[in-house]
Amino acid sequence: MNELLKLVHGVVNWGMDTAESMNAGVLIDASVFYALMWVSVLAALGVVLCRNVVHSALLLTASFIGVGCLYIYMDSPFIGAVQFLVYGGAVAILIVMALMLTRRDDMAHSNLSRSLFCQAGAAVISGAFFLCISVASLMTQFREMSAELGDSVTGLADMMLTKYILPFEVAAVLLLIAMIGALVIAKGAHES
Amino acid sequence: MKIMGDFGGLGIFFVVTLIFPITALIPAFLLQPRHPTKQKGIPYECGVDTIGKTYVQYRIGYFLYALIFLVFDIETVFLYPWAVRFGALGLFALLEMFLFLGILGLGLWYAWKKGALSWK
Repeated sequence: MNELLKLVHGVVNWGMDTAESMNAGVLIDASVFYALMWVSVLAALGVVLCRNVVHSALLLTASFIGVGCLYIYMDSPFIGAVQFLVYGGAVAILIVMALMLTRRDDMAHSNLSRSLFCQAGAAVISGAFFLCISVASLMTQFREMSAELGDSVTGLADMMLTKYILPFEVAAVLLLIAMIGALVIAKGAHES
Repeated sequence: MKIMGDFGGLGIFFVVTLIFPITALIPAFLLQPRHPTKQKGIPYECGVDTIGKTYVQYRIGYFLYALIFLVFDIETVFLYPWAVRFGALGLFALLEMFLFLGILGLGLWYAWKKGALSWK
């Protein structure tokens, strides 16, 4: 028994030493980033490559959630939560609703045209977009966030609920108008 | 070492929740008897074979629920910062949030009144 304990102790010690010498913190940090990055990128690739548009919608949501996790990883939990709620929730629901309310013959081949002309056009447009984003992010000088600013949510809440109380309540009225307007239009379509 | 901060525990939790079902499924996959037949391959639909196409156009009624969901989903975004700072901001913020929810509640009341929530 004593021998066994000694062995376990030795193995644990060896593991700790190796982790320290390999700079485990940096390693875990990097592997978490790459895992989240690959989830987002592969899901986005699947959106384009899937033949069934319902699978594309599901993978798009997975990609949104991966990006939301990346925001949290970059110390912006509020932006991450907004990404989950607005993109992973609202946008995903809208896309699925659009699919549910349209009629298609066969879901297995429901994704957009795969003709060479369309693919070339898509490649040119997405290439140009990628170029623009790359140039813009290379030319931007990013600054280190100062620690005194504190959590972004705290500052946002303080401003939203004290100084900018009126715009905050107006946002509620705006949402109310959007809901009533959408209901009036949708009910009209429902009854006719 | 950033990852062992607030969300490190959450990350470990996610990894464990991935490992648990996978380790449970691997022995089942290895030990299962495999006798595939055509009958076993068809999608289960209440024991009755499907006739025609399985994809249909859904009722517009679902869409009304989706619209209401969207509004209350956006509302949650506003609730989140309030919930984080609730302790410091106190009663005034509570009243503000009740006003905010009340305005949105009017929309729900309108939808109810107009029969958007009844399933026809």
